[in-house]
Amino acid sequence: MSGHVTELVVFVVLFLAVSVMGFVAARWRRPETIESLHEWGLGGRNFGSWITWFLVGGDLYTAYTFVAVPALVFGAGALGFYALPYTVVVYPLVFLVLTRMWSVSHVHGFVTPADFVRARFGSPTLALAIAITGLVATMPYIALQLVGIEAVLKSMGITGHLPIVIAFAILAAYTYQSGLRAPALIAFVKDALIYIVILVAVLYLPAKLGGWGSIFDAAKAKFDATPAPGDGITLNANNQLQYVTLAFGSALALFLYPHSLTGVLASKNRNVIKRNMSALPAYSLVLGLIALLGYMAIAAGTKPVVGANGRPDTNTIVPRLFDQLFPDWFTGVAYAAIGIGALVPAAIMSIAAANLFTRNIYREYLNKDATDAQEAKVSKVVSLVVKVGAVLCILLLDPQFSIDLQLIGGVIILQTLPAVALGLYTRWFHRGGLLAGWAAGLAAGMWMLYLIPNPANGKAHFGGSAFPLANFGFDTKMTLYAGFLALIVNLVVAVLGTLAFRAAKVADGPDATRREHYFVDEGDPRVKDLDLTGSH
Amino acid sequence: MTTGEPGQPRTDRSPWNWLLVLPIVLPLLTFLFNADEPRLLGFPLFYWLQIAFIVVGVSCTTLVYRMTR
Repeated sequence: MSGHVTELVVFVVLFLAVSVMGFVAARWRRPETIESLHEWGLGGRNFGSWITWFLVGGDLYTAYTFVAVPALVFGAGALGFYALPYTVVVYPLVFLVLTRMWSVSHVHGFVTPADFVRARFGSPTLALAIAITGLVATMPYIALQLVGIEAVLKSMGITGHLPIVIAFAILAAYTYQSGLRAPALIAFVKDALIYIVILVAVLYLPAKLGGWGSIFDAAKAKFDATPAPGDGITLNANNQLQYVTLAFGSALALFLYPHSLTGVLASKNRNVIKRNMSALPAYSLVLGLIALLGYMAIAAGTKPVVGANGRPDTNTIVPRLFDQLFPDWFTGVAYAAIGIGALVPAAIMSIAAANLFTRNIYREYLNKDATDAQEAKVSKVVSLVVKVGAVLCILLLDPQFSIDLQLIGGVIILQTLPAVALGLYTRWFHRGGLLAGWAAGLAAGMWMLYLIPNPANGKAHFGGSAFPLANFGFDTKMTLYAGFLALIVNLVVAVLGTLAFRAAKVADGPDATRREHYFVDEGDPRVKDLDLTGSH
Repeated sequence: MTTGEPGQPRTDRSPWNWLLVLPIVLPLLTFLFNADEPRLLGFPLFYWLQIAFIVVGVSCTTLVYRMTR
């Protein structure tokens, strides 16, 4: 611990400075009143290109990414690099989809994906299914941000849970106070710090380690020496499809998470979204370089911190690398970047989860006549409850368990794709078919994840997302991303279910949206009139 | 908004949108980049070519944005 005093001081000072910003944010772009859900939860929906870029980026590239992606590359090599194609593919993929979502949401006052599904398919039940899926998928994501902070703290020699509880108490307080404005403002600082750290890391570290060529050679030598068949600095015949389906499946899932939609809906108009979809890949470059920190750690001979259970915690590999090669004060800056990087997404996620609960469970089932002020109040309280729940997850459960939950979260959020994303394009599906597909996809996904062992830590179930096709009786070692397979099951059942319900003449729900609602933009009289859906 | 035609049908269809397919498909074709050689600045092909695909992605989305706004 004594060797980490400078790091600790820099870390604490930066962390506190950012916390003060969070509280001041309530005054930034001050609305007439913050006592309405639109103001608190969506920042008044008037963020321009720059703020949206920071907000959406701040929310997609989390502390966990900075810690876990290099850890994966450190352990498995090329497969861990899937994060790069994933973030290249995602923006062109959602370019048109999100502009439609923005338009229809602004006409009808939707705040969550479940709001849209309810109006589009006239089914509160389907909307409830989508809302619960979103909540369940978001919770472990928030808990994972704590794993990121914990990795940094562990590397500074700090054990115990008190520091994390304090960090999250601060976060909870300023989100309660300022809503979405807090993470939007802090995202500037977070990104600035991360860019500085990464630029320095990719220029300074390779020079210290003998250049990029020798870094890759060191990694290759390490993987050649291990008996594990799946690792290496390039892919092999068995994991290529896993790489492709994991990248594509993750790209499909990303904007189905309620929190990524929050940032998108908060933008000012359709062009802000389009411009952002072209500018956000700037983060992909950073992500690719961050992933390669895993190889630098191999070349530098970095050893992860050994956890309380006697196993090395590979999540500490990047913090340890910084500690080993940077001067103390800069290590402190880097640690603060990771720590603050955890706060921004955690704040946005808890706001999105709170919106889901308030709109699709509280107002739908508990208090149908809720006023704007009541909704905002409930949202604020739920965002607190969600964060307390995330802290409890870390305190009471094995951190490994939240990583498993996150894995499951990705698979289950994908099952909302037919209703949410395809729903923006077609009203062909029957609400009953979509519900059946959702259930079948979830069941198939859970079953596949249950069958996947992890030989590395001796777990028999939920050991990863690479589903061996041998389970279907094929004579191959090839693996595929379980979420992708579950989505195929989902789609097939949704199509067959729709045909069956139509044939049986089961009543379908009414569609509250109209074709032109998907294309309106800022300035159109319908966009501003949020009372249309009766949010009172 | 004084044209009196707020209900004028609009659409997001454009031939430019097809350009978005390129950055979606290219990064998923592993046979293009799954090799160590040739290296660029010490980076194996697997890494530098995939990083180069970011440029393809940015160019395509920027072009589509400019042409359809």
